[in-house]
Amino acid sequence: MIEFRLDRHSGVPSYRQIIDQVRHAIRLGILRPGDQLPTVREVVRQITINPNTVHRAYRELELQGLTEGRTGSGTFVCQSLSEVPSQQPKLAGQLETWIRRAHEAGLGTEAIEALFAEAMHAQKEVE
Amino acid sequence: MTIALATVDLGRRYMMNWALRNCTLEVPEGSITGLVGPNGAGKSTLLRLAAGISRPSEGSVTAFGQRANQNSTAFLNRVGYLDQDRPLYKNFRVEEMLKLGQKLNSSWDNSSATRWLVELEIPLDWKVSLLSAGQQAQVALAMCMGKRPDLLLLDEPMASLDPLARRGVKQMLLDSVTERGTTVLLSSHIVDELEEICDHLIILSKSTVQKSGTVESLLANHRVLIGPEVSARFDSVEVIASSTAGRQATLLIEGDPGPLSSEWRVLSPDLNEIVLGYLAKSSATRYRATGVRETSPDEERS
Repeated sequence: MIEFRLDRHSGVPSYRQIIDQVRHAIRLGILRPGDQLPTVREVVRQITINPNTVHRAYRELELQGLTEGRTGSGTFVCQSLSEVPSQQPKLAGQLETWIRRAHEAGLGTEAIEALFAEAMHAQKEVE
Repeated sequence: MTIALATVDLGRRYMMNWALRNCTLEVPEGSITGLVGPNGAGKSTLLRLAAGISRPSEGSVTAFGQRANQNSTAFLNRVGYLDQDRPLYKNFRVEEMLKLGQKLNSSWDNSSATRWLVELEIPLDWKVSLLSAGQQAQVALAMCMGKRPDLLLLDEPMASLDPLARRGVKQMLLDSVTERGTTVLLSSHIVDELEEICDHLIILSKSTVQKSGTVESLLANHRVLIGPEVSARFDSVEVIASSTAGRQATLLIEGDPGPLSSEWRVLSPDLNEIVLGYLAKSSATRYRATGVRETSPDEERS
């Protein structure tokens, strides 16, 4: 099961935040094929959001082929996003170490994010 | 898309003054539509006309194809209206109000009305007059929703409520929309409050509709441009509001400005900013961009 959070000041539309969180959870293996998403009603209660927005997010997830709605029983994950590589936990650990070192070196969260974004960007240009 | 509420050239005059004029709009079925504008903009007038409590001086207003009319049972069964004054019998106990609702409405849903009030921790055996203003507002809303209308017209349902009570009221509303597909038109002058739950917005000012649309399209179609005043000429977009400070110009625009020279910064306004822009436009007050942020490339894509 997944619990949604909304960042109301991020400027990212609510329906997109829901989609992103589901995709993210699937990618990390928190949601697996066969798992059920919370019902629209539950999401509305959880994060005080317009039900039409949740419907819209769920519809789009279905269109992306990630979930399927089963009449009367809910919405289920039906596809996984690129199997989690076996290397992932190790890489995550290395990243955490790196972040700790950056903090120790006096870098703030914002500076770290900027560095990361820049490195990603540079990598993209190489590719 | 089915239309729950439609007005055509709707107007209402009190003596020599128009409280509302040239109002043409549609509220889609199943939507939660926010009605926003300053005090005296005509919000309450519009809601009262829609509820059939006041009669149009010109134009028409229909709900589900029926003309708004308080004498029509068919109309009253489908439309619920909550006045700003929260009409309740102050000497009744809350449970007596519920009983009254049951006696007066054939479609009364007593279990839901009771459940809402219990969840909000309102003592059912208390007299209405002993409840706080916020609790009275919640009882009034439960009375309004208990008759299971298809269209809810709510005049400032969250005014004078503390944040916790507001959340309770919002959840009551969202529950009903989720379960029954109720259409809601609610007024407020706090945009942030509406942004959270509304999918449509109507901006009302100076007795007329300044802008209406889905929240998403409003956000997607407006931009704030900041740049040198001398080159502030844009032909392909509509300038809603603008201001200058020295040589710098700030403009709220609707539409796509296309590629701009590097001296211009393009920002995304939040909903509050857009509303303020339209209000500045209608009242010729000074416009100042405050609620803006950088446009993210991700958003441009979607």
